[in-house]
Amino acid sequence: MRLARTLAALAAALAIQTTLTSYVQEAAALDFVLVTVVSLALTSGPTTGVLAGSAAGLVQDALSSGVIGIGALAKTVVGFAAGRIGTQFIVTAPLPRFVVFVVATLVHAALFMGLYVLLGVRTFPSPYVAVGGQAVGNAVVGVIGFQLTEWLPVFLARRRLRRPTRR
Amino acid sequence: MAIADIKHRPGIVLGAAVVFHVALISAQVSSASGLPVLQVVTFGAFSELQRLVTGAITGSQNLWAGYVSLRGVREENAALRRDLQALQIRLQEERALAQRAEDLRQLLELHDRAELDTAAAEIIGAGASPEFRTVTIDKGTADRIAADMAVISPAGVVGRVILTSPRAAKVQLLIDRNAAAGAIIERSRAQGIVLGGGADDLRMDYVPGTADVNPGDLVVTSGIDGIFPKGFVIGTVENVERGPGTYHEISIRPAVDFSRLEEVLVVLTPPPAVEAEAQPER
Repeated sequence: MRLARTLAALAAALAIQTTLTSYVQEAAALDFVLVTVVSLALTSGPTTGVLAGSAAGLVQDALSSGVIGIGALAKTVVGFAAGRIGTQFIVTAPLPRFVVFVVATLVHAALFMGLYVLLGVRTFPSPYVAVGGQAVGNAVVGVIGFQLTEWLPVFLARRRLRRPTRR
Repeated sequence: MAIADIKHRPGIVLGAAVVFHVALISAQVSSASGLPVLQVVTFGAFSELQRLVTGAITGSQNLWAGYVSLRGVREENAALRRDLQALQIRLQEERALAQRAEDLRQLLELHDRAELDTAAAEIIGAGASPEFRTVTIDKGTADRIAADMAVISPAGVVGRVILTSPRAAKVQLLIDRNAAAGAIIERSRAQGIVLGGGADDLRMDYVPGTADVNPGDLVVTSGIDGIFPKGFVIGTVENVERGPGTYHEISIRPAVDFSRLEEVLVVLTPPPAVEAEAQPER
């Protein structure tokens, strides 16, 4: 059940990344797949983070025009680190989660761009503003996503309880 | 038992994943010839999912537009009929002007540019990673689309096909960091190379510092890259600065609004090899 939920979340993130960005140009700068990997890692632990990051990164790389494996490696490491943080610290309030998403995006960008530059495949002249914007954007999306997934079941349960019973 | 053990040893999983990815990266970087099979297969499969999702969205949009929001259509029809009449008159005028231009062209014995064979395609998906500026179109090898074909829109150059499957193709937009096109400043015929900036910007490199370039100048394709046909609009010069070397630093505003792309044309005719135009002497 958990595996199915994880796969569904990653598939939805990939679908959003590749279709929503066609309609909302501002969303193109965000990495919904990374947000999903970090969210899964925070809630399910480092093993899930590694596997989700690895699988989602591979698909994302294969759909992009770059070297397959670089994005996957970056997401694997970020998934592991986020999972470790989720198990070692209490990351349930919006602010700590925001910080985790920001740091995860920065680490991911550093690994991703660093590997490309190291291999001499690609250059990224002055990416700081773009990466900073992406970090904040990813964090906002991640925190809102978390709040919604936690708030929605509670809201539905309350509505069910308030409904008058028929005799 | 083994699976349960691994679940509690994330370090081992991480190590295995890292080794796998490093091996994968090494294999690709050392053998740069051809496209990886994994990339082609995944793209082919995922483009179908993109087609499905885009189809569902378009279907609901059509349902809304075709059945729900039909109020005021009668008035709109009348207004459109009036517009059509005005446009028909305008068309007659334009046709007369076009005929006159054609006569002048023949008079000047200009070489007639070969008619471009194009295929219209709809964009069904955006790039999977924000670091790469690509889109997926709904035409593939079954529609005679092949890699390195130019993709254009009425506004100007969009990009080139980099990957194909039978029913879809991936297009690298001109604003991608890895994209480039041979270009000339239309007014002064100064040549250079237009490169993508990764965001929504372009820059033009290798234009000699002695060349005549001003903000507002139109930049068009030169055709020397063997991909883009000559004379298609790339954008306008936004800013010109004298670089540290012997070249200008030119930023270009793209003619195409990449955020509003819905349909494009793929140029099926390969452009003829064009000799580099000589730089004008100053």
